[in-house]
Parts: sequence; structure tokens; C-alpha cells
Amino acid sequence: MPDVRSILATDCGSTTTKAILIELQGDQYRLVVRGEAPTTVEAPFDDVTVGVLNAVREVEELSGKRFISEDGRVVAHTGGADLYLSTSSAGGGLQMTVAGVVKAMSAESAQRAALGAGAIIMDVIAVDDGRKDFQKVERIRQLRPDMLLMSGGTDGGTINHLVELAEMLVAADPKPRLGIGLAIPVIYAGNKDAFEAVEALLKERVSLRKVDNLRPTLERENLLPAREAIHDLFLEHVMQQAPGYSKLSTWVSAGIMSTPNAVGKIMQTIAAQRDITVLGVDIGGATTDVFSVFKNESGDSVYNRTVSANLGMSYSICNVLTEAGIDNIKRWLPFEISDEELRNQLRNKMVRPTTIPQQLSDLLIEQAVAREALRLAFDHHKSLARGLTGIQQQRTIGDAMTQEASGKTLVDMMALDMIVGSGGVLSHSPRRGQAALMMMDAYQPEGATLLTVDSIFMMPQLGILSTVHPEAATQVFERDCLVYLGTCVAPVGSAKQGEPCITVTIGDRSETVAFGTIKVVPLGYVKDGSSNEPERVEAALQPARGFDVGAGRGRSRTITATGGEVGLIIDARGRPLTLPTEDVSRRAKIRSWLDAMGLPTTD
Amino acid sequence: MGTAYTPGLKVSASTEVVKTRRLPLKGTVLVSEGERVHPDTVIARTELPGAMQTIKLAEQLGIDAADVPAALKVSTGDRVEKGALIAQTRGLFGFFKSEFKAPITGTIEMFSEATGHLGIRLPATPVEKDAYIDGIVKEVIPDEGVVVQCRGALVQGIFGVGGERQGRIAILAKTPADVLDDRDITDNHSGAILIGGAGLTPAAMRKAAACGVAGLVVGGIVDRHLIDYLREILGDPKYDIGVAITGHEPIAFTIVVTEGFGQIAMANRTFQLLCSLDGRSASINGATQIRAGVIRPEVIAPSDPSDLSIDGPVSSSELDLGTPIRVIREPYFGALGVVTDLPSELQIVESETHVRVLHARLDDGRSVTVPRANVEIIETR
Repeated sequence: MPDVRSILATDCGSTTTKAILIELQGDQYRLVVRGEAPTTVEAPFDDVTVGVLNAVREVEELSGKRFISEDGRVVAHTGGADLYLSTSSAGGGLQMTVAGVVKAMSAESAQRAALGAGAIIMDVIAVDDGRKDFQKVERIRQLRPDMLLMSGGTDGGTINHLVELAEMLVAADPKPRLGIGLAIPVIYAGNKDAFEAVEALLKERVSLRKVDNLRPTLERENLLPAREAIHDLFLEHVMQQAPGYSKLSTWVSAGIMSTPNAVGKIMQTIAAQRDITVLGVDIGGATTDVFSVFKNESGDSVYNRTVSANLGMSYSICNVLTEAGIDNIKRWLPFEISDEELRNQLRNKMVRPTTIPQQLSDLLIEQAVAREALRLAFDHHKSLARGLTGIQQQRTIGDAMTQEASGKTLVDMMALDMIVGSGGVLSHSPRRGQAALMMMDAYQPEGATLLTVDSIFMMPQLGILSTVHPEAATQVFERDCLVYLGTCVAPVGSAKQGEPCITVTIGDRSETVAFGTIKVVPLGYVKDGSSNEPERVEAALQPARGFDVGAGRGRSRTITATGGEVGLIIDARGRPLTLPTEDVSRRAKIRSWLDAMGLPTTD
Repeated sequence: MGTAYTPGLKVSASTEVVKTRRLPLKGTVLVSEGERVHPDTVIARTELPGAMQTIKLAEQLGIDAADVPAALKVSTGDRVEKGALIAQTRGLFGFFKSEFKAPITGTIEMFSEATGHLGIRLPATPVEKDAYIDGIVKEVIPDEGVVVQCRGALVQGIFGVGGERQGRIAILAKTPADVLDDRDITDNHSGAILIGGAGLTPAAMRKAAACGVAGLVVGGIVDRHLIDYLREILGDPKYDIGVAITGHEPIAFTIVVTEGFGQIAMANRTFQLLCSLDGRSASINGATQIRAGVIRPEVIAPSDPSDLSIDGPVSSSELDLGTPIRVIREPYFGALGVVTDLPSELQIVESETHVRVLHARLDDGRSVTVPRANVEIIETR
């Protein structure tokens, strides 16, 4: 696309609509300015384009250029942007219910297909999910998803179970969330031989679409056709019914993409271009999305995405409190606070979600909650990112019959090359070291892992751009989006506090770090003054006996350490990370780690 | 953010209140544009289709699915009474017949030849929507509902529980800092909307339920007290409010909290307005949903419903010098004041966050700097 000089992209989030302007400067695409405004998908505006216009107007003010046409639309035009793209998660995002015959097989595959397409799963219904039929019918009636995905049976296999599922849908008579009086879209991705019987039951009641079976054989998962159908229906049904979206869809140069789907695209692009394993997170106000690309046993890269719909930093902050428990939040605080005060404070954040911590103690509380939200969402991810995932993956019948083999998580922290953090609490933490420490505490990376964050949360816009103009997306991602924090070296094992844990040698300088401590070695950016290029050095890692940095216990390993805003972080706190149980010593320990990272405490 | 606004909670003695009243499914609208309605006027009605009960007929009759059609005595669309014969096998030489009688009254919805299952749908349940407030039908939304409009006093809260109710306003607190106790509430308060000050005790909540109170309006509520009370009455020791979507709690009264969690004195202006409404009929709703375009809990006390004129200037939804504000986060949480300066450059606050700030003079005379995101404009119309 040689003629594209100016690209405008918006992301309509549940709270904020963000606009970015990218321009060709010399031979490089760069981010020029960004603007934002409150999202207006709900009352009193009920029109997403109001927020889009406000955000774009800010871009106009900052750039001195015009992107809004005379008739008040944002469209690609001469003199303005050559491309206008948008993603959206506003109005609750894409909400789906999935159904399958066997919970651990077709229903789980359906879940992965929907999650990979950027959906929030409201419930997973399966013939063997342990609930009585009437309970399932009642549940389907209560939910008002945007669409349903129905799966089950291998091609040529069971028909009756699929018909039973269809009967359940007939009994429940589900209604879509948006568009009163419209038929709910149902994607059928089950046994092709059962479709006729299913269609006979459902065709008069729902808007039925058939795609290839997402589990055509026991040992094969084929998620792409279902994901594409979900994306199409998202554009055709959901986007046409959501307030203002039919208007917005006439403005954009390419179809509107759901935000998590777009972020997933960029995560997959990073992993593919660098041939690495990646763990990404987007922690928002309402939900936390986790993305990963890990290698399976055959060495193929497998992409997974999960969403924890009720783990977030504002709207859902009290659900983090409920799920994690107050003690798990308090354990990350370097100061004392009563349960009642903490609970009231989190509730007040919930009801006034856009407020900002003015005091350091407030900030540390929010970062403590973030650690727990990240941890819980990651646990959820590990449970679903497991065997038989990805597209067209082959495995043997023997593997398929062994639940343990199919149930093994693909997430291997020792094999993880890079973590990408995104979302307000990570992207906008006052010090980058705070983002690094939150991710270290929540994910407990092992061996050597590069930590990064999204500078201003523009991955959604770059994700959709990567489908239209991959070159521009890559250039902006590398230069303006990705912020390197530095490599984190973390030996796995345990010892007595203060005993030597690891020695790191860079050139002629060696640093031995004691167990239970963190040490940051300065390592920044290449000093040519022009680029976002981090320093890279060879570092020899010699773990103490009993510790493993990826080469086996006590065995040395040489890595290429990458620098960044924080530096080379030697995390000798051990894995798994354990905190002192006694409050005073625990708080002292947390303070010592904050000090080691150069971060402020409340003292 | 040049175009950003800082929405606040509306606290107004006289404003236009517009309520959209929609059915969950398409139905019949029973009122017309311009019609006067009362809170209990049914404005639209529909029928919620009954649940369908699936009967595994083949299993029940002990025959193959393929043989069920021959045994069926009913067809799709037939209405059947409980106990009516719906299927009978031929048996062997006229003997050993199996039969199956309808377990419920309903309509035969479907029969599957593949599984031999029969579906009987229960009769539909009527669903009605009332007007909720005293007012005039401003607009009819065909087949769905209406928009009702009135003029009156409106107090929006920050958080609430419990659904739509009506009652007469009764003032219990003497000052905005009072905490309601069970001794303040009597049987005379049955059906009333009680106005408290800084909070209420768990015993007050129990007493309110026992006395049949319709609603409670308070400045603050201690999170633990509220959750423990909800757990107690729902009989669910694990119940919690994870995300702020409320209004459906099956409790005996509705609570509207005007300031936040903890014991927090009600803003004096809110308290004075509510005191001025003593004895007036009002509608109250605790429904809260915190997201862009939030739903806030509310107390509405309509004035003469035929008077739809609006007077007074519309208050700005943008911050300006002199704008009355309320600080909504520590360290000045709950303080009222006016904006004295709006510096455009980002500034660093104690947490080291770079933010747009404002300078304000608080009612107690202090001059403070706070992030713009941490204030609410006090809307007056």
C-alpha cells in the first residue's frame, strides 16, 4: 500500500474511546498524536460515533489537521486520513454462549473458538455438564447473548446429542441482547450429518448458520471457520444493532473488529515475526484478557486467548476482592490497613471508576489489586490453554483417549520469551518499574524473560492495522508502542534467606544475588539517540546448587539480556514465590523489594 | 481532553425527568401519547413464553424413536390438559399397551423423529410494565413501551440496592452527619422513604424490613454491614456484590447511598433538598450500573405533572472557573468546593501520576490541588 501516508484509527472501549494518528515520516510510519474521549455507546448519548468524533476532534486539535468531513463524519478522504479503522469492545463487547456435547471436548473447543474470536463467554452448556436439563434451559433463557455457538459430535458420529441440544434451544427460546424482536444468531459447528435434523428444529426460531465442524475428528480441532463466522456475525448483527455502529461501519475503510480479536492479531504477529513465545495481557476496568503463543509438543506455535470477564481495575475491582480474598490483596502492601477501610476504598473505586490515585498509598492498593487480577486471570488462562488447541492441529488417537495428555497446559513459564503488559494500570503506572514488579509478582516468570508494556495502549488499533497494512503496524509497534522494561532473570528453586542464589556475569563484571532479594543491573537503550532499540548484552547465568534458570539445576546458561526502562532484573526471590506469613516481616520484605526496584514506598 | 466532561450526580429541586419504560419482549402498549400516568399505571403488557418441558417419549413408552409417531395421539400445536393421553403403543395383539399422559397443561411445541422427544410448552406468563413515576406519556415506542416525563425534584445517588418502589418521604436524621439506628424507625414508617444522614446500622436495616419501610436514603454505608445484611436475608453466606450491577436484590426495601462507602455525611445540599420534600410522594430505585453511560440510583419526587415547563439555565457539564464540585477520592473525599484554576499542563501528584489537575477552594477554606478525574460537578438542573 504505497499511497497510504496517513492512518487514523480508533478503539471504542467500554469507558474511553481512543484515537491515534499514524503518518509516514520519511520511510517510516510513526505515531503522531493520540486523543481520547468518554465512550458514548450508552445513555444519554446512545451513539458510539459521538465519542469517536470527540476523540478525533482532539487529534485534530493536536495535529492541526482535519479528519472530520463537512457533514460531520470521520472518513478517509483527500487531505485527511488515507485509512480510517476502528475496533470496539464498547457496550459489553461480544457476548456469547457456547454449547457442546462433551464438556471437556467439543464444548471446550467451542469455548476456545469463541474466545479466540474476541468473545466474552457467558456460559458453557454441555450435555454432560452436570446440570439437569431444566436448569440448562432456564439458564439459556436468562442469558441474552449476542449469539450462540453450537458444536458437538465428530463428523459421522452422534446425531441424537446434537438434536437434544437443539431441543434445549427450542425449549429455552433464547433472545439476543440487542435488537428486540430479532432472531438470535446461532452458529452450528457440529457433526455435519446432524445438521439437517438440527435445522428442522431451529430454522424457524433462530438465525442459523452452518460452518465446518470445529471437531471433525477426535484428534483434530478446526477453529478457524467458526471464528470467521463469529466475526462476520459480529459485524452483521451485533454491530448493526449496537447504538451508532451502523453509522460507524459506513465510515471505516475496513470492517470494525472486536478489540480482543485485534489485540490477538498483534500478539500472534509478534510471536511469528520474532519466532518467540509470548504472554500478553490487557487489564482493563471491567475485564482482563490474556493472550499466549506457546509451542506444543510438535513444536507448532499455538495461539490462545482467554477473557476473565469480571476481573478488572474499576468496574470489576470488587470482584477481584471477592475472588482473591482480602488477605491476598493485603499481602502486597508495604503498610498496614484495616479490612474495613480497604473494602470501603475498593467499593468507592468501583462506584467512581474513573478516579485516579492521588496518594501513593492509594496507588499501591490499586497495584496490589492488579497483581491479584493478573494472577487470577492467568490461572484461568492456564486452565484453558491446554492440549488440542489451535487450528488444524493433529494428534494421535492414543493422545485423544488420554485425558492427561489433552489436559496438560501449554503454558510453560521457563520456555516463555516475552511478556507484554497492557491496560491502564500497567501502561500508565507512574514508574515503569512498578509495571515490571506487578508482572513479576503475578506471573512469576522463570529463567530469562523479556518484560515489556504497551506505551499508551494502542495494540487494538495496531491489531486491525496489521490486517490491512502489516508494514505500518509493525513499524509503529516497534518504535512507538512497545516499551522495553528489561530482561527478568528468575531462578527456580528455594533456599534460606540470604544464601547465594545466582551469579550473573556480563563482560568482566559479576554480580552474586542472595536468595530472597532483587537486584537491578543498569541496562538501557542503545545510545544513538534516535531509536527505541534496547541494549543487548551476553550474560552468563550461574545458578547456585538446587536452582534452575533453564538449563537444569545448578547448570549455567548464557543468554542475550535485553535492556530497557528498568534494566536487567535479577529476581532471586525463588520460584514459587513465597511471602513471609507474619505481617511485620512481610511488609518489610515488600518494602525491600520496592527499594531494590527503585520504587517509592509510603515510609 | 478538550471535550471531556466530568459527569456528576444530579441533585435538583426542579428538573425534567424522563424515563423510558420498555418491555423485555415485544407486546402491547396500553397508553397513548399525552396521557397522564401514575406510578402504578400499567403502560404496556406482553406474554413471556412459558418454559418447554421435554418428554423422552421413546424411553417412557419403551419403544424406538422411529415407532413413536405411530403411537402419538396429539399433533404439534395441540393444547393438552394435564393427565390427557398423548401417546399409546399398539401393544401385542391389543394387550400390553403402554401409554403416556401429559404431565403438565400446555401446548405441544415440537416432536423430534430423531430422538423421539416431545416438547410441551407451559402457558405464557403475563408481564406488565408500570409507569414508575407520576407524569405524562411523552412518546410511545410501538410494541415496546413509552417514555414518561415529569417535572420534579431529583436526587441521584452513587450506589443503591433494591428495585423500584414508591412512598412518602419522611426525614429521620436531624443533621447530615447522623447515623440511623433501629430506635429511629417505627411501624409508622411503613411504606415510607426514610432520609438518614451519614449512614445506618445493621440493626436499622433489620428494623426497616420489619416495619415495611419502602426506601432508605443515606450518605454512606459500610460495605461489610451491607454485604452481611444481604447474606443474612438471602440465606447465602457467600453472596457478594462483585460488579456494580444492582437493583434486583430481593430485599424488602430499597437503599440509595448518595456519597459512597463508609460512614460519610450526606452533602448538605442533598440533605437540605430531601428535607424540603418531607411528606411528598416519591419514586425510588436502587438500580446501579457503573459503566460508560451509568445507571445511578435515584429518588424522584414529581411536582404537578401537567407542568412541563423548565426554567433556569442549564448547568454546564464541563469544568470551568467557579464550577461547584465535590471531591470523590482521598485525601479530600467528600469535600465540596469551587474551581479556582484549571492549569492546562499535566502536573505530578503525590502518587507520581502525571495528570490534569484543578485548583479548588474547599468549603472549609482550604485551597487544594486535585486530579480533574477526582471531582464531580454538582449538577443543579
